[in-house]
Amino acid sequence: MTDTPTTPRPLPALQGLTQQFYDFCRQGELRFQRCDGCGTWRHVPREVCATCGSFAWSWTKSSGRGRVFTWTVAARPMHPGFADAAPYAPVVVEMEEGVRIVTQLVDVAPDALAIDMPVEVAFEAVTPEVTLPKFRKA
Amino acid sequence: MSTSLKDRACIVGIGQTAFCRAPGSGMTQLGIQLQASLAALADAGLKPQQLDGVMPFPNLGSAEEFAANLGIASLRFAATVHMGGAAPVASLQAAAAAVTSGIADYVLLPAGWNGYSGRRARETIAMDVASLPGGAIARDYYMPYGLTAPPQWYALIARRHMHEFGTRPEQLGAIAIAMRKHAQLNPGAVMKDKPLTLDAYLASPMITAPYRLFDCCLETDGAAAVVVTTAERAKDLARKPVYIMGVAAAQPYPADEITNRADLFETGLTIAAPRAFAMAGVTPADVDFAEIYDCFTFEVLQQIEETGFCGRGEGGSFVEGGTIELGGALPVNTHGGLLSDAHVLGMSHITEAVRQLRGDGGERQVADAEIGVVTGWGDFGDGSIAILRR
Repeated sequence: MTDTPTTPRPLPALQGLTQQFYDFCRQGELRFQRCDGCGTWRHVPREVCATCGSFAWSWTKSSGRGRVFTWTVAARPMHPGFADAAPYAPVVVEMEEGVRIVTQLVDVAPDALAIDMPVEVAFEAVTPEVTLPKFRKA
Repeated sequence: MSTSLKDRACIVGIGQTAFCRAPGSGMTQLGIQLQASLAALADAGLKPQQLDGVMPFPNLGSAEEFAANLGIASLRFAATVHMGGAAPVASLQAAAAAVTSGIADYVLLPAGWNGYSGRRARETIAMDVASLPGGAIARDYYMPYGLTAPPQWYALIARRHMHEFGTRPEQLGAIAIAMRKHAQLNPGAVMKDKPLTLDAYLASPMITAPYRLFDCCLETDGAAAVVVTTAERAKDLARKPVYIMGVAAAQPYPADEITNRADLFETGLTIAAPRAFAMAGVTPADVDFAEIYDCFTFEVLQQIEETGFCGRGEGGSFVEGGTIELGGALPVNTHGGLLSDAHVLGMSHITEAVRQLRGDGGERQVADAEIGVVTGWGDFGDGSIAILRR
């Protein structure tokens, strides 16, 4: 494994529904798909509602608030792009809307994380094109 | 007419290479798999040309190259089950269906890699989107946040289990120690002569919390293979057949995204295990030993629960006190497993189960073993299970 800190961090491929999701983030809005038919929220983006089968949906603004659902503390990074980041914590946040999102917290040390900790979205522009929805303690 | 696969197909040959770390196998990834395949065929008393089915492990070789190298002139069944570490046991189901329906007569299941001397497993997953479960989902919604590799995905579930059920690190340690103890009785195990204590387990460095170093499987070179045919044909072959009593495979929902499940603990095995036991007509209490896919310690605990050896949330106390060690109520991974024998992608769990049911377990033989379970776990919680008997 080449632990060169110059290896870039992985970025999402901006195409299709993923481009739309991250474009909203770049504008400072966290939006998830919500089915126009039955009202079910969903993340990650999908073509069709798995609950009712409707292709009709809207990018609907999230409250931006949620709670820490689970996390891991990566002490030994397994991607060279994160070689200089350890220890860091990929966190799963359960949003008020019910969907869960993989993220990181910007202001909480890994050893201070707790399940059900209330958090709110805090956008982080990592490149001119990509803004990631991260979270901070609420 | 019943269409159940119960007792209609058998494992008739097993083979494996030496398992090692440094300096490596000295052969190609395909070469070691062919070596294990030829050993399995010789064990069965079959000529390679008699094969007409091949089920390669995902991303580790094509049926075409296996057939070309082995001289299979009439390849009638070529398929791969894309379930990661659950693929070998899930392939037993597909192979059993193929031979009992007459699609093929003899099906080869090979698996193997140079997981130490070649590209390491952790790098393959992190750097090759094509081999990522979930594919673009993992690339677009996991990896930018540093969630890049299997122990990190599964640690998310382990953390929740600890939160909801009070599962403790010492209980994960009991699993690592049991596998290591068994490896001391396996002359070919990579961790032979390297015993493990609870203190050493707890002192091992964190990899991705709550997983320490000794919660994680080995990265090794090695291959294993088995041959499946019908119970009818098995009677004419070299070894006493091992019967597939029950077999099933399933995927959790959604299978391509590990964090948005209504119930985080409901994995493929949750669906597959009751189906396999119903087919076999036995219960978990009838099982003499289990070879459980042990990529990480917690996955053993979770699969023990979801197979039904104990209730959900009871796995922590179940694995304590020697229950899963040889001599206990349910010896688990009698060869040492991925944690202490070698990482052969789950295929060595099948070869070990067959060895036990033949009574060839040597020092690690489970006394009078009649029924054994083998599980597979892969990708984002795909599951497979076979209930085998002698």
